[in-house]
Amino acid sequence: MKWAAWAAALMLLLAACAGPANAPLAAGSTPSADQVNAVAKHLYCPVCANVPLDVCGTAACAQWRAQIADLLSQGYSEQGVYDYFAAQYGQSVLAVPPARGLNWLIYLLPPLVIAAAALWLGRNLARWRKAPTAAPERPQLDNAYARQLEDELKARR
Amino acid sequence: MVADLGFFALLVAFLLALYACAAAAYGSWRRQHRWVASARAAVLLGFPLLTLACASLIYSLINFDFQLQYVTQVTSRSMPLYLRATALWGGQAGSLLFWSWLMATFTFVVMLRDWRRDRDLLPWVVIVCAATLAFFLALILFFENPFLRYWRGVTGTVWAAMWQPGGALPYVPFDGNGLNPLLRHPGMIIHPPMLYTGFVAFVVPFAFAIAALVTGRGDDRWIRVTRRWTLIAWLFLSLGLILGSRWAYDVLGWGGYWGWDPVEIAAFMPWLTGTAFLHSVMIQEKRGMFKHWNMLLIILTYCLVIFGTFLTRSGVLSSVHAFAQSAIGPMFFVFIAVTFIVSLALLSKRWNTLKSEVQMTSLLSREALFLVNNLLFMGILLICFWGVVFPIVSEASGGIGQAIPALAHIFTGQRATVGPIFYESATGPLWAALLLLMGIAPLSAWRASTARTLGRAMWKPFALSLLVLAGLLVAGMRQPLALLSLWICAFVFLVTLYEFWRGVRARVARGENPLTALGRLVARNRRRYGGYVIHLGVILLAVGIIGIEMFQQETQGSLAVGERMSLGSYSIEYVSLAEFETPDGRLVDRAVIDVYRQGEWLTQLYPRRDFYYESQQAMTIPGLRSTLENDVYILLVDWEPVSASRATFKMYVNPLVNWVWYGGFVFVFGTLVASWPEAQPSALGQRSRSRMRGHAERA
Repeated sequence: MKWAAWAAALMLLLAACAGPANAPLAAGSTPSADQVNAVAKHLYCPVCANVPLDVCGTAACAQWRAQIADLLSQGYSEQGVYDYFAAQYGQSVLAVPPARGLNWLIYLLPPLVIAAAALWLGRNLARWRKAPTAAPERPQLDNAYARQLEDELKARR
Repeated sequence: MVADLGFFALLVAFLLALYACAAAAYGSWRRQHRWVASARAAVLLGFPLLTLACASLIYSLINFDFQLQYVTQVTSRSMPLYLRATALWGGQAGSLLFWSWLMATFTFVVMLRDWRRDRDLLPWVVIVCAATLAFFLALILFFENPFLRYWRGVTGTVWAAMWQPGGALPYVPFDGNGLNPLLRHPGMIIHPPMLYTGFVAFVVPFAFAIAALVTGRGDDRWIRVTRRWTLIAWLFLSLGLILGSRWAYDVLGWGGYWGWDPVEIAAFMPWLTGTAFLHSVMIQEKRGMFKHWNMLLIILTYCLVIFGTFLTRSGVLSSVHAFAQSAIGPMFFVFIAVTFIVSLALLSKRWNTLKSEVQMTSLLSREALFLVNNLLFMGILLICFWGVVFPIVSEASGGIGQAIPALAHIFTGQRATVGPIFYESATGPLWAALLLLMGIAPLSAWRASTARTLGRAMWKPFALSLLVLAGLLVAGMRQPLALLSLWICAFVFLVTLYEFWRGVRARVARGENPLTALGRLVARNRRRYGGYVIHLGVILLAVGIIGIEMFQQETQGSLAVGERMSLGSYSIEYVSLAEFETPDGRLVDRAVIDVYRQGEWLTQLYPRRDFYYESQQAMTIPGLRSTLENDVYILLVDWEPVSASRATFKMYVNPLVNWVWYGGFVFVFGTLVASWPEAQPSALGQRSRSRMRGHAERA
């Protein structure tokens, strides 16, 4: 029950941080360059190597940004523009893979492995705490002292 | 002639590396030290030979020997001397040669050390270093030879070969293609060598680890011998990453310094494992724990170094850094797989000899917190690795979809892109936890620590950090994530200062003045206090990252001459735009912008677009006004071709971004302090100093 309350609080915090989604423009209105860039930031140039569309300096990317402006002025939402570009050029233009099919692995695998590691650590730490100390504390010799000691021992042999 | 000399030096170095592997293995097997000594001599020779090979290539690059294919690919007559010389690491073949030279240099230095105490480790250190060197030299000799020359046959066909084919004549192009415009930057002198040095230096601790595994030495001698090596490797890798970030900020024209590009991540991954290793070796030294884990970490670091080189050099991933593409990818893949499997097999063979000497007894002990620190680093590594390889996995899995039509909707074979949004949201909480741990762990005791003792140790910095939080709220900051992150930074900063203060206070109590006490405190325990200075650097870096990631503002607008555009408290005015050619083959379009803050003129900036004729590529160079508070970063996006009466600019205000670079300086300084060799003290001095240190640590 306690966990559920924590999870709910976390969800609320995340939702608050995410902020409201941008509403689509009214059809026919001209989007500003900032509105276009806000969408282009989440798309990748279909031909350049790993460059987001909002900062790509090629003429082709300028045309794609113009296409985004055109779609927004037609009343497309941000998600609508992403879907349009993914349909036209493949999912590799999306900054993050859409959560479907194999792509779920990108979202699920790291948290599952990290959670498993945390569980392992928690269980073992609890076990280690119960267990008695197996061996005495290691002498804390620094290198110089250890060297000196070894030299003296050698000299006695 | 010069190229022939370089090629023969390369060939002999390769043969010697192979000989060294065989002779060291035979010498170790037959217990005949003269064979091992001979292997050592062979490895020592690798350094002068590869120096000769590099020198001959640099000579050819500087002197426009365009008959060499490599020289034609990476230089041109318009390039300045420093770029022609540093083009050694600007292309595929040259950078592999440079990697090999660094490897030979480090191996040379390692071989020169006094081996009397570690004679049993020597053959295996030779084998690992020589095998790594031989692998890279084989790639150069058989796949990426920088000394290939152009020849023209009777039919006019031009091709590249090492020796003159029958009937062919030398072909010398008049000019070369020139270096990729992204690489034409003073950063080219220093960033790649730093990164490569960091990469290559990690081979040395790995070689000692493998030697310890093979010889069955379960003690921590290998860690003590390589501690400084590891720190140096880590220092160079850190420097390479920081300099690379600065280069990206200045050259790539995206307004930021880190784009989570696959090649950036490739260099970052060994840094993550290296950092985890640097922390966890302390536990092995102090408590005799984590022996398996340390072995695993250094094996992972080595494999990630090779993997990073593979990603940079194979062209398997699309990246803004993909300066080179070739067929050497499969060789790297096989090498990494073989190394990883052999290393793990050795580790499993020696599993029982590496058991911990003591057990963990407290959840809040320093060793437990270091273990959590390591797991957090591994979590970040996992996210980075998975993000980098997922595009390949998603594309390659298409085969399954084709073979089993019922699964075709899952395994579509479409390549995915994993961008910064994924990495930032996935690693953010782990970074925050790591930062927090950086504040808590130094105050916890070895072996046994309770919430009460920890609370008693940290309440003062904690209370002060709450004052900082209150100050931020009073200043008007309301973003929960920013407040939380900056509070953590303040807490860790105060904890670190508190640690210095406690040490100084202990010495002042014995009659030293505070400055002398601080100097002596650090000098007498460089590792510990160097580590704290590194933590301070990390905090400054973190503040810079929080500033730009959470408070960056940007806008774009088209301005007529004399028109203004505003962002936050700044506004810019378009003054003029000029177009001109430069002697190094660029067409430059340079705008003049006046920058104002709250109506007051501040400065003039010159954002520009450089178009390189040879490569037909354009570069967007920002106009930048930098202060400790923020950067005004202006990009020239577009302009009217003839009149230039109107131009489009992108304007960023990047708060606190300079803290990233200053944090980098502090970070490097701390690493130097931590790795600086200790003077050999006299026995008497040693005893009195030990007492003093004991007093300081109890305080």
